[in-house]
Amino acid sequence: MNGRNNLVFNEMLNGAEVRAAYQSLERWHKSMPDDLRTLKQSEAENLFKRVGITFAVYGEGGDPERLIPFDMFPRVFTSSEWRKLDRGIRQRAAALNAFLADVYDRREIIKAGRIPEHLVTRNEAFEKAAIGFRPPRNVYSHIVGIDIVRTGADQFFVLEDNCRTPSGVSYMLQNREIMMRMFPQLFVENRIAPVDGYARLLKKTLASVAPEKCDSEPTVVILTPGQFNSAYYEHSFLADLMGVELVEGQDLFVEGDFVWMRTTEGPKKVDVIYRRLDDHFIDPLCFRPDSMLGVPGLMSVYRSGGVNICSCPGAGVADDKAIYTYVPEMIRFYLGEAPILENVPTWQCAKKDDYKYVLEHLAELVVKEVHGSGGYGMLVGPASDKSTIELFRQKIIENPGNYIAQPTLSLSACPTFVDAGIAPRHVDLRPYCLVGETIELVPGGLTRVAMTEGSLVVNSSQGGGVKDTWVLAE
Amino acid sequence: MRLSVKHVTRYSFDTPARWLVQTHKLIPSTCASQKVLSWKVNTGDAIRGAAFRDSAGDMVETISVRGPVDELVIEVTGEVETLDLFGVLRDHRESVPPTTYLRSTRMIRPDVALRDLSVTALDGMADDSALNRAHALARAVNEAIEYVPGETGEVTTAAEALAGGRGVCQDHAHALIAVAHAAEIPARYVAGYLHSGGDAMGEASHAWAELFVPGLGWVGFDASNRCCPDERYIRLCSGYDALDAAPIRGIMNAGVEEHLDVSVAVMSQHQQ
Amino acid sequence: MLSRTANHLYWMARYIERAETTARLLEVGGRNALMPDIGGGFRNDWEAILQANGTLEMFNDKYSDAVQRNIETFLFFDADNPSSVLSCMNMARENARVVRTALTSSVWDAINGAFQELKQFQRTERSKLELSDLTEWTLRSTALIRGCIETTQLRSDGYHFMGTGFGIERGDNTSRLLDVKYYVLLPNVSYIGSGLDQSQWVTLLRSMSAHRAFNWTYPGELSAAKIADFLILNRMFPRSLLSAISQTSGHLDHIGRVYGSVTPAQTKVHEILSELAEAQVKDIFDEGLHEFLMRFMRQNGELAHTVQETYLQGMPT
Repeated sequence: MNGRNNLVFNEMLNGAEVRAAYQSLERWHKSMPDDLRTLKQSEAENLFKRVGITFAVYGEGGDPERLIPFDMFPRVFTSSEWRKLDRGIRQRAAALNAFLADVYDRREIIKAGRIPEHLVTRNEAFEKAAIGFRPPRNVYSHIVGIDIVRTGADQFFVLEDNCRTPSGVSYMLQNREIMMRMFPQLFVENRIAPVDGYARLLKKTLASVAPEKCDSEPTVVILTPGQFNSAYYEHSFLADLMGVELVEGQDLFVEGDFVWMRTTEGPKKVDVIYRRLDDHFIDPLCFRPDSMLGVPGLMSVYRSGGVNICSCPGAGVADDKAIYTYVPEMIRFYLGEAPILENVPTWQCAKKDDYKYVLEHLAELVVKEVHGSGGYGMLVGPASDKSTIELFRQKIIENPGNYIAQPTLSLSACPTFVDAGIAPRHVDLRPYCLVGETIELVPGGLTRVAMTEGSLVVNSSQGGGVKDTWVLAE
Repeated sequence: MRLSVKHVTRYSFDTPARWLVQTHKLIPSTCASQKVLSWKVNTGDAIRGAAFRDSAGDMVETISVRGPVDELVIEVTGEVETLDLFGVLRDHRESVPPTTYLRSTRMIRPDVALRDLSVTALDGMADDSALNRAHALARAVNEAIEYVPGETGEVTTAAEALAGGRGVCQDHAHALIAVAHAAEIPARYVAGYLHSGGDAMGEASHAWAELFVPGLGWVGFDASNRCCPDERYIRLCSGYDALDAAPIRGIMNAGVEEHLDVSVAVMSQHQQ
Repeated sequence: MLSRTANHLYWMARYIERAETTARLLEVGGRNALMPDIGGGFRNDWEAILQANGTLEMFNDKYSDAVQRNIETFLFFDADNPSSVLSCMNMARENARVVRTALTSSVWDAINGAFQELKQFQRTERSKLELSDLTEWTLRSTALIRGCIETTQLRSDGYHFMGTGFGIERGDNTSRLLDVKYYVLLPNVSYIGSGLDQSQWVTLLRSMSAHRAFNWTYPGELSAAKIADFLILNRMFPRSLLSAISQTSGHLDHIGRVYGSVTPAQTKVHEILSELAEAQVKDIFDEGLHEFLMRFMRQNGELAHTVQETYLQGMPT
């Protein structure tokens, strides 16, 4: 362990002592001979390869069907830790949806002066086409992915919200499958809450938001940009688990008041579209006219109540990094509750005082682009050299509104297999909250782990890995 | 003034077209300055549906044709009673907050020249009324871009039109939106019809801009004609730019060459 | 099912069948190269094979010499040649990948496994790969895929769209092989019945793994009429045109039953089937074997088109 790690909260250890939740895992890894571990690791890789879980990374060349590194050492939450997370996540998902329903209708939160108007109406993700219309059950974001980091025994922070189409849930499910297959004994020794209900809950959630015009069992489909998309595997995996069709834009067409799917038996009406396609591509007659991936006329059918689109185009205005700062405010405003999960303190470079502070403390801060994602366009001050910091300084000076900054959090670490046994590596957590007629959350989520010692970047597009995430039953 | 409109759009295809889908914003909404007396959109055998009123208050309808067809004819006829309200849009039902119309698109993004034009036009007017400032911008655009048909096309941007110094109503409207945005004034594109007196062809299909003037709301400015829309104008629909406000947007299967023939006639009742 | 899914399954099957045919051609060519050089030598044989593969022109544009090494490369590894084993297997795998969830895991494993092995071949030094290794590998891989389909796929509409693809492609391939042999190799009628002719016909039978089956079925001297009967009209031989069409017909009838409607695709396939079932070798030779085969290929092509229009575009006409 290097000096920095001494300050890091280690989720397995309490001082020198192994915490109760990890004791069985401690015995497990200690009793596992090295050669068995190597064998199991390659078995896991083969399983991933065989089921075809791969992750295509844009613009990096190399094998587009690369595997995400899988670490066999599970991450564990106790039931009491999870209870707090569970309440906090549901609360946040409810508030984000209430915010969307408000900004696309009466804009009370703006009128009340709790959030500046320009942050909403001039936001790239704010969608004119979604104004003045209520989607079924008034739900805008049906799958909310909330990225959470931990810095201490009881300290959890929300790093960012994902209200559009958060990806990665297939890893949550597959990591568990593979662990159960390789180490069944662990699941006998520990009482681990199952996550495999996710697909059923997702289908139930999507079916529950079918439009009113739908008077029979709703037909749900997943709309994918196609096999060249980096998350295509996940799209087909979820479609298969739910037993719904995975469609591309070309499989759907608009006629009359509805959207239809081209089948070998002729057109079949579609009621709910879980789209894994960005807003601007879903309908060339409403958004980008050059989109070949969307369905011409889809927005008109949506607006006239013939189909539901999950998430609603424009849902992204709630997960923008500039709006993020106001989520605790939303929770108080809409729910009248105190936020259960805290935000990471954030400086907005658009604000004069914050701007000044950020430029003076660049070397200590994490700087992010307001609209960026996937760990791209990000500065981790303490881990960067002078020239990179200067580069960001220039970028911020040129366009302050495009940047926010946060303190470099000392992310918690989890034991992770390395060449010489196990070592702590930084982790985060993305649970997937489902919002429909009810709010549902399976116990667990996707734990991403920075595989390099000391690294804080867990994004799979930047070489991060994944782990099975356990929530212990009471 | 009682205006009657006949607007015929005829698409003919070299090879029979399949899977045509269009969204139409071809029905004017009633507001203080215009009352729709009768209105009819005829689309032949096309299947119509998915009609709704959008957030900007415009009626939207979708039509689809499985084909194969050699041509598609869209015929709009109607009568509207208009009133001169000096361009002020009143009693128009819409729900988009005006600041949304500060957003830029490719067509209306102000470049350095447009920003300069905006600054020059408003020079010394810091204390003037918002309405006067809007008028000054419209005047500046009118002077900077000469009305010359055939020099610009459907995809010409405001910046390109200003650089060329020539254009038609679409370019004037785009440029006016751009200079308004440069001055932080919400502005949008409006498509409609114009009764231009004796010669009622061609120019009858018209476009202008609306700027948001605090106290008055949305006010139309026709930079091409150096005026505000009066009783000769029928307002059809609005959007960020010409594409967003297009009365007809369509798509069909690839590889079909299409020819477009549009004729619009607007006549005042006493001429008929 | 989704029309696009059916379309991918159908084309997956067609490409698997096509990969197999290319490998068979390659095998035959390799064998011919071992024969004594008579009347023009093996060069002609290789050209005939490229002709059957429909890629002679492309080959000539790209390679200067029709030597075995070049042809092996071209027919097996060349990604520019759409009929090469590599291209066909890639296309089969690509089609399968898109509809992964419509396949059983053993079918996917078989296809994906073959694809991975093929990538391994590409990295292997060519001198270490014998032609027979390559062709045997292809036949084994495609047989494994077929076997997995037969033993694990649900007999749903998807299965029958695969079957339709296999049937249509097989009919096309057999008729091409036969046509090339007759028309290209023997433009001069005086060759018929010569020693060369005999070995050419035997080669044709071998290319369809049918040499011994033929001998069991048709005792006595080899004759053009017997071979044509065997390859076109024999109900027992699985690669005959009649077998291919009746297989296609069976699958289309299944689909029609499942969907509860008789479609133009069925009408079309029944028409071809009843004609073939009635046909006699004599009639075929009267019409001219080449003319007959051209007509069959056209009908089979029309059938493929009708299947496409009826089921694979989502809008039955």
